[in-house]
Amino acid sequence: MSSTADLTPTDPITDVEAKQLRNDFPILEQQVNGHPLVYLDSGATSQKPMCVLEDEQDFYEQHNAAVHRGAHTLAAEATELFENARATVARFVGVGADEVVWTSNATEGINLVAYAIGNASAGRGGAAAERFRLREGDEILVTEGEHHANLVPWQELTARTGATLRHIPIEDDGSIDLGRAAELISPRTRLLAVTHISNVTGVINPIEELVALAHASGALVLLDACQSAPHRPLDLRALDVDFAVFSGHKMLAPTGVGVLYGRAELLDALPPFLTGGSMITTVTLEASEYLPAPQRFEAGTQRVSQAIALASAVGYLEAVGMDRIDAWEAELGQRLVRGFEAIDGVRILGPSAGVPRAGLVSVDVDGVHAHDVGQYLDSLGIAVRVGHHCAQPLHRRFGVTASTRASAYLYNTTEDIDAVVAAMGEVRDYFGAK
Amino acid sequence: MANALDSLYQQVILDHSKQRHGSGLRDGFLAEDHQLNPTCGDEITVRLHGDDALITGISWEGQGCSISMASASILSDLVAEGLSREQLAERIELFRALMHSRGKGIEQDDEPLGDAVVLEGVSKFSARVKCGMLAWVATEHAMTKEHGA
Repeated sequence: MSSTADLTPTDPITDVEAKQLRNDFPILEQQVNGHPLVYLDSGATSQKPMCVLEDEQDFYEQHNAAVHRGAHTLAAEATELFENARATVARFVGVGADEVVWTSNATEGINLVAYAIGNASAGRGGAAAERFRLREGDEILVTEGEHHANLVPWQELTARTGATLRHIPIEDDGSIDLGRAAELISPRTRLLAVTHISNVTGVINPIEELVALAHASGALVLLDACQSAPHRPLDLRALDVDFAVFSGHKMLAPTGVGVLYGRAELLDALPPFLTGGSMITTVTLEASEYLPAPQRFEAGTQRVSQAIALASAVGYLEAVGMDRIDAWEAELGQRLVRGFEAIDGVRILGPSAGVPRAGLVSVDVDGVHAHDVGQYLDSLGIAVRVGHHCAQPLHRRFGVTASTRASAYLYNTTEDIDAVVAAMGEVRDYFGAK
Repeated sequence: MANALDSLYQQVILDHSKQRHGSGLRDGFLAEDHQLNPTCGDEITVRLHGDDALITGISWEGQGCSISMASASILSDLVAEGLSREQLAERIELFRALMHSRGKGIEQDDEPLGDAVVLEGVSKFSARVKCGMLAWVATEHAMTKEHGA
């Protein structure tokens, strides 16, 4: 798989190539409500190429066995594939294999960190875990723009420990003001939990600057990379974050597998979250000792086929080239925002055209509820996300309860973008809102 | 034949979603309930008005999609005729059956649901059934609170 990276083309992705890529995604070749499917909901979940589906099936047909236990040949093969997958995904984001913990999804990764810190705060983990202990007066800092997955676990953790939850406000254009962030980050801040790219506004947050501010105050940083890892080159070591999470299903892999990255020295000092089989060294009836990371955090039977399929997805993405995918989606994102901006009564939630953004755009349509917008688009075969996108506080910030989001991926074409823009232009007419 | 979208968004539904009958909470109510659809954030507060014998109206306030708002408006018209609690409970059950009919509709004598039958198109769209039911569920819950009060 590493050899394919050397063959990565250098020319920009065009519609011609995007259409070729679509051939790898059989689901995209269908009619929905009498129209060719225009899938613009990859921010929620991506579609899967044949090679990923085949690699997962091949595991079950040829290699399936329990990993990290048993001495038979299949068990050894399965274990090797499983750990090779870990190494592949770790290299993909620039970290060590022992720094990658498999989780069910990004949400579980964040909960793992929150519960492990909670366990440290309850005195578990011995002297090594002392550095994580939260006390009254300590603060956890999030932003107003977080997905609920990067907010609710911190609400629960602070409620359990007596620490305080604070937030960096979001500006009118969806951005973070670094001056306001600097005022909120203090020696009381123990952890900053922030998203790399907003799943609502498409804003790309200034992670390097936020990490520098947090580290200068002695705070750890957890990065929600769900909307960045699938779409652009990501070097977690270079970003210098302490923890990061992302989900397989948003990056061409199946559901049921996600990744938690933690700096090795941090993972080795954190007490476990889920406990049981496969994560222990010695167990007596009274107490247990635990394996080092990452196994310490992988209790019970693991999501083996999904992890192998995720590595396969990484191979596919690298063969296309993450920098090329990033550039293509930036182009599609700008085309989207330009198109929506030109429609009377459609308000962009987030940065306007010309400002760097991810390939996703959320809008509020004057006089038409997002559910109705989505229904209209669906009748034309166009799949978008409607609702609050698991970010109620951010929608409240923008004065709406719901919005309509179109999100692109490598297999989308400019025709897809033009189709959703044209349909969006008809929505207010259809519902008599103008 | 109208396409599925047009059968969902009939003109009478779009009219009700804009001219919302019964909208605006009134004082002097018997019981009230608040319902939220967490997937889209639609919400509604419904108040029951009337006396021991009859429910003579609902007043409500909400925000949401055209289906949820129109459904509340149509329910308001239905209740304004004055219904016994048994009649209202029966109509809510009938409407629920209509919403879950997957586009097939239901048999009914004497059209007890009145204009609410125009919402039959909603039942073809499983993701929208909750929108259609929102006000009716709030009314149902308010009725149970009435006895508990």
